[in-house]
Amino acid sequence: MEHQPPPFFKTGPTPLARLLICSVLSLLVLIADARFNLLPVLRQVVSVVLYPLQRIAAAPAGIAQRAGEFFVTHASLRGENARLLHERIERAAALQQLQALQAENAQLRELLATRQRVAVKSQLAEVAYSARDPFSRRIVVDRGSQHGVQSGQPVIDHTGVVGQVTRVYPWAAEVTLITDKDHLVPVLNLRNGLRAVLAGTGDDGTLELRFVPLNADFQNGDRLVTSGIDGVYPRGLPVAEVMNVERNAAFLFARITCKPLGGVNRNAHVLIVSAERQLPAPPPEEEKPVRPKRSRKGG
Amino acid sequence: MIYARPTPSQEILLPVKPAFMVATLLAALLMNLLPLSGWWLAARPDFVALILLFWCIEQPRRIGFVAAWLLGLLMDVADASLLGQHALAYSILAYAGIVLHRRVQRFSVTPQVLHVIPLLLLNDAIVLVVRLLAGGDFPGYPYFAGSIVGGVLWPVLAIVLKLPQRPKPDPDHA
Repeated sequence: MEHQPPPFFKTGPTPLARLLICSVLSLLVLIADARFNLLPVLRQVVSVVLYPLQRIAAAPAGIAQRAGEFFVTHASLRGENARLLHERIERAAALQQLQALQAENAQLRELLATRQRVAVKSQLAEVAYSARDPFSRRIVVDRGSQHGVQSGQPVIDHTGVVGQVTRVYPWAAEVTLITDKDHLVPVLNLRNGLRAVLAGTGDDGTLELRFVPLNADFQNGDRLVTSGIDGVYPRGLPVAEVMNVERNAAFLFARITCKPLGGVNRNAHVLIVSAERQLPAPPPEEEKPVRPKRSRKGG
Repeated sequence: MIYARPTPSQEILLPVKPAFMVATLLAALLMNLLPLSGWWLAARPDFVALILLFWCIEQPRRIGFVAAWLLGLLMDVADASLLGQHALAYSILAYAGIVLHRRVQRFSVTPQVLHVIPLLLLNDAIVLVVRLLAGGDFPGYPYFAGSIVGGVLWPVLAIVLKLPQRPKPDPDHA
């Protein structure tokens, strides 16, 4: 006891010791999150703490936007109104046909005794911000578990698939965009029904088809829609258009780059789709169907 | 005599109020949470790292690893990134700030920038290494732009954040 310094000099552990404790703690958290996905509860709690701050941070942009919306000219409003009216009339014909076709399709399916297609429900969500992580392509929308959003739901806009809900917070949800690296969407070629897997590259505006044989019939301008065999994306949503097909005999697979049809990173609103389908159980000893989940390879 | 002029670090300042430190860190967090995109986002410095480093250098006994680690965790959730990457980076940044504070304080504001930029780049590099290990891709060199901008902002910050600690001019000695 005699050798203890007076309390004036007591400063606790040295900075290096503190650093080691913090680093070990951080590494434990990192490994638990990246490798084992163990800490969704911690994330939820922190997100609730952050929520008011995020609302405050988003307020100036919201106010500026609303102010901008308020000061639109009469002429531009009239122009937009006329354009919308025109569009509605144009689409009315297609819509009426669609209703007739749907009825006919339902009747045919009944005749053939196949299962009815499930009606797709959707809810509108506003994009709060694009996540600031430069290593991934994600957006955060303002609908969360309080609004019935669930992890895994597909997200679309008016032109095509945007992504998939990957994390749900009480008042927000993270959407992984289809351009995110290693995000997979099972697609089929609308022209000939060929199936393939569309992968993000981590680069905005570029997607690539993986593992397509050299002789597969893909051409520039082919439209790819979701095939629905994953049980996540409903069938038939437009996803991408083939931009460039490169066939090099030195490689096993063709190199096919596509561009997304949906406004993947330039939307203010998106639709969160909920398609409740019961898929038959996968056969036990066969290869698993491709799931458009972010693979967490390497950590 | 140029040596007689006190550099900002030799000025005798009032003790900093803990509430002011908390307020600046909260403000930094808010700045980081601004919904920016595109070039603005690329050029935005990590304000939390910047303010944290400032207080670690100026007041190493008032701020510590707990604050750095918790702020890092908050940033991880806010950025939707891997949990713990910013916590690790901020802890190491705080350590560097606390260890180097005597040295950095000796310099006037402009040479301090030359200390701050490498430290902020180190902060970026730690996050980068963690993400590369976790299977990410290198996002390109603009990734480091924020730290350079942060270093350029340092002189302004150093002046603004020291203003409340300036002693009020004594009317008797006016």
